[in-house]
Amino acid sequence: MIEAVGLTKRYGAKTAVHNLSFQVRPGTVTGFLGPNGSGKSTTMRMILGLDTPTAGHVTIGGHPFRKLPNAPRQVGALLDAKAVHGGRSARQHLLSLAQLSGIPARRVDEVLGLVGLQDVARKRSKGFSLGMGQRLGIASAMLSDPQVLLFDEPVNGLDPEGILWVRNLMKQLASEGRTVFVSSHLMSEMALTAEHLIVIGRGQLLADMNVKDFIAANSAGFARVRTPDTEPGLAEKLTAALSAAGGQVAPEPDGALRVTGLALPRISDLAHEADVRLWELSPHQASLEEAYMQLTQGAVDYRSAVPPQVPHGAVPPQAIAQPPGMEPQGYAGGPPAGVPGPYAGQPGPFPGAQPQGAPVPGPYGAPPQPQPHPQAQPQAPAGPPPAAPADPTQQHSEDAR
Amino acid sequence: MAVVSQVIGSEWTKIRSVRSTVWTLGLTVVVTVVLGALICLLVKNDFGSMPARERLTFDPTNTAFAGMGLGQLAMIVFGVLVVSNEYSTGMIRTSLAAVPQRGTFLFSKVVVATVLAFVVALVTAFVAFFLGQAMLGPDLRVALGDPGVLRAVFGGALYMTLIAMFSMGVAAMLRSPMLSLGILMPFFFLISNILGTVSATRKIGRYLPDQAGQRIMKVVLTDDVPYGPWSGLGIMALWVVAALVGGFVLLKRRDA
Repeated sequence: MIEAVGLTKRYGAKTAVHNLSFQVRPGTVTGFLGPNGSGKSTTMRMILGLDTPTAGHVTIGGHPFRKLPNAPRQVGALLDAKAVHGGRSARQHLLSLAQLSGIPARRVDEVLGLVGLQDVARKRSKGFSLGMGQRLGIASAMLSDPQVLLFDEPVNGLDPEGILWVRNLMKQLASEGRTVFVSSHLMSEMALTAEHLIVIGRGQLLADMNVKDFIAANSAGFARVRTPDTEPGLAEKLTAALSAAGGQVAPEPDGALRVTGLALPRISDLAHEADVRLWELSPHQASLEEAYMQLTQGAVDYRSAVPPQVPHGAVPPQAIAQPPGMEPQGYAGGPPAGVPGPYAGQPGPFPGAQPQGAPVPGPYGAPPQPQPHPQAQPQAPAGPPPAAPADPTQQHSEDAR
Repeated sequence: MAVVSQVIGSEWTKIRSVRSTVWTLGLTVVVTVVLGALICLLVKNDFGSMPARERLTFDPTNTAFAGMGLGQLAMIVFGVLVVSNEYSTGMIRTSLAAVPQRGTFLFSKVVVATVLAFVVALVTAFVAFFLGQAMLGPDLRVALGDPGVLRAVFGGALYMTLIAMFSMGVAAMLRSPMLSLGILMPFFFLISNILGTVSATRKIGRYLPDQAGQRIMKVVLTDDVPYGPWSGLGIMALWVVAALVGGFVLLKRRDA
């Protein structure tokens, strides 16, 4: 069990990690998600006692790492797979680490076999591919057969077979009752590997919840409706009709309409009543990746000069209702299963959207429900996760891939 | 103490599994011995034409160590690489995650590298001495049993070991191999010699680590230096202790 309380790290004026509190429990794979530069690695280093927190503390099994009895036998970590002396053979590298923790040499050959490097064990690691280096790093983390494992971006540079292998390895390690903490910047990977998610951005906690809850809360469905391009008035007419019926309508970049809060048949009926022909009426599901991008959008330090076009379904309805400029701190440390409060602070990409009561991130067909705690007040305690599709995991598994 | 023996075992694996160890230490032996022998041969041939004063104060032992000025540079590289390799590769994080007792880690690393450096330096000093005397020929050479000679040869080995240790301390403080070498190499090759030769800075220059330490390799003492051979080595040892303590304190306090 890893427990961070108010963890803060400043480098001069720059705050790398701000008031981070979370728990990593044994028996599950906990994903640690965040964009590049969001403080994941800094947090990992603080867990391992390599960096001293400016404030707060982090413990493993109740002890700070540097006071943990027999620490190297209890905790294994892969921080940077490239952190090996290129002139040293894989076996010698692992042997030196094994000796450091008093682990017998035969365990070195064991883990080399485990990660599939036995054939290159005596080759200098300089010639290793990215994937082989990653396997060597994973081998070093597993040397002591520890109860607590930390992996910083373990799938970087691995081929699909390697990714699958890491995924199964993590799950297996967790199923043996170990604490497995895996960082990544890939939501899709974490959705398949982790059971619990801790999402950070700019060093602050954005979400701390079960993957299922995260999916339920973040991947809302919507309908895409297109009226004939040839008759420009129709779109406005339909928008008015749908809004009057309680739907939320937002324009898509290509001229289509994104409708939430109304079932597909209802949209069709309304269009018929309004005498509007439709060229398209299709159900859509926001993918987890998009939900994650949306969640961390305001918290990305290094962004491409041209922001990518908002893809279909990238905007969970909550985001639309948020006035920009709100601080996300109010949610940091909120109840793990709470509503994704971090959307506060995300400028709504569709400025024309309704500012009042946020729509429910349910399927497009779900009737709108009044929100018990308007999200415009970030201090209000987060409500229970709103109604979700019957089985979101099932429905989204394709998206997540 | 179990941890210490574990770390020492690990450091021994590390040091013998990289080629830079063989290269730097091998170069130390070859450069020191070959250069010393060559200079001894030249001196033997030119001895008759040397000024009388130089002939009177001729020090056959110290002449055999003439290659050490260059050979010590390879020793510096060894000392720097042993420590800074951890930083340049990023291994330091893995190492310190395995040995949270940072003092133990640094201490064990320095011990392993120092013992190895001492063995190599001892071989270097004795080989350089005997080969140098052989080159000087029966007229000029001294024997190991002559007064002060054994002290100078053994002291030469200690000097080179201390140079390696000083480099380890500096590298532990600076972390970067380029920065450490960029400071140590010109310092020991040029600056220290200049400071020790220019009369204005001579009084300060002779308290620098190499100037003070090199005194132990001299059998014939002609200058007016206010300390003896062993005191000189003591001054050098103080520099080494300062560098290592500095490295330890920084390692302890710094984020890895």
